[in-house]
Amino acid sequence: MLACQNLKIEFDRKSVIKDVSLEFPPQRITAIIGPSGCGKSTLLRAFNRMHDLTPGARVSGLVTLSGKDIYHKDEDPVLVRRRIGMVFQKANPFPTLSIFNNTIAGLRLSGLRNRALLKEAAEKALVDAALWDEVKDRLKSNPMSLSGGQQQRLCIARALAVDPEVLLMDEPCSALDPIATAKIEELMFRLRERLSVVIVTHNMQQAARASDRTAFLWMGELIEEGETEAIFTTPKKSMTEDYITGRFG
Amino acid sequence: MSRSHQLRKLHGRTMEALCLLAALAAVAPLFAFLWHLVSMGAGALNPALFTQLPLPPGEVGGGLKNAILGTLLVVGTATVVGIPVGVGAAVYMTEFARPRMAATLRFACDVLSGVPSIVMGLLAFQVMVRPMHHFSALSGALALAFIMLPVVVITTQEMLHLVPHSLREAGHALGIPAWRIASSISMRAAAPGILTGAILSVSRIAGETAPMLFTAFGNPFLSLDPKAPIATLPHTIFTYAISPYDDWHRLAWGGALILVLGILGATLLSRFILWWHQRGLNA
Repeated sequence: MLACQNLKIEFDRKSVIKDVSLEFPPQRITAIIGPSGCGKSTLLRAFNRMHDLTPGARVSGLVTLSGKDIYHKDEDPVLVRRRIGMVFQKANPFPTLSIFNNTIAGLRLSGLRNRALLKEAAEKALVDAALWDEVKDRLKSNPMSLSGGQQQRLCIARALAVDPEVLLMDEPCSALDPIATAKIEELMFRLRERLSVVIVTHNMQQAARASDRTAFLWMGELIEEGETEAIFTTPKKSMTEDYITGRFG
Repeated sequence: MSRSHQLRKLHGRTMEALCLLAALAAVAPLFAFLWHLVSMGAGALNPALFTQLPLPPGEVGGGLKNAILGTLLVVGTATVVGIPVGVGAAVYMTEFARPRMAATLRFACDVLSGVPSIVMGLLAFQVMVRPMHHFSALSGALALAFIMLPVVVITTQEMLHLVPHSLREAGHALGIPAWRIASSISMRAAAPGILTGAILSVSRIAGETAPMLFTAFGNPFLSLDPKAPIATLPHTIFTYAISPYDDWHRLAWGGALILVLGILGATLLSRFILWWHQRGLNA
């Protein structure tokens, strides 16, 4: 299980995330909601050590996966990211690699050479991402020829091919139309059976219909978290109620 | 139409005409130079120019085989050294270095690219010719490598900067090691641009004359020994052009034409690579 305790994140000494503690149970979809600039994406990126790549970023507190501190000095961030995958707001397939090679990029560029294994992994990941039927006849094509929604599902397939335990999704549908969005949400429900999904969204309807648990973040602080149904029907804090009813944000 | 409006229009027209004139003046030397080069050099262009060695002064005929091969050897050696080092440095600066380190290195390269080529020749003289006690093809190649390095670093870095950061992020998020992201994602996406920059830097050094004066030194005979003095096209053109012999003047024009055609060819090749790549992306 992925969890964080007293997590604080600063950029050049400016505090962005203040003392957040959360748990992301396996086989659950957790949505992180909150107004723009509240630190949703910043929080999400702490879970696979993406802030390591940003000069001036400082993460303190504890982030654990199966009880082990992923920021421990003996933990290799490269290996951490293989266990905790990520999908970004804007679909970002590698334009110089074919659809097939995009799917297995994580495996191949980490040193897996066996053709048969790679082929098997590619098919499995594309089936898991509900993209196989649409691309099986053009695996050698350029991914840029796919539609926006297909590109995003390719990015999900690419993340799944590495077989992570947790999938982080940073507003994965914000650039997609409702049909493509519905496909991704359907996919999330299927993925839930084997991993935990954390999704950042600014779309409250999406959080309400496509998540099991919801965490409401405001100005870098965790205001409230719990079962999605409870958050949306009987929030404990008035601020949560104001936000989900559209009174601010 | 009011008078002031017409005056303003006239003013606009005049300024446009003046700018057009300036633009024509800017490209006029190109045409003047091409005209001279072709009219003077075309007469010297024959198989002998490529296959024969220069004759002693006074004898008519001969060619520039030694200088052509010498230029290929010296520029080739400089390229083999300069491009990998330059590309490697740019990859380090863009993909691995901390921002302050990258900015410092970039500043050093900007300074280096402004250093006159003769000074680079002097440096090669100091570090290679003097310790070895004689001029050599190798020292000429070293001088050219010094000159091309900042050019390669700067163009490669520009090309790597064009690769969207989101691709590198995607690579990191998949748990791909940093060196693999640099080589298989960033460099691969920037490859056509890097290649174009490399070709342009080769054509930039192919015509360098000043640093050759006290490194490669020149050689009237055919030599492919890297440790011996060697003839190069630009230096041979210089020597022949200031000589008092008409036939050497003819050879100098011929050599100049070969050099310019080579550089023009390289520029066209680089344009073609970019065009071909763009076409591939749009298809």
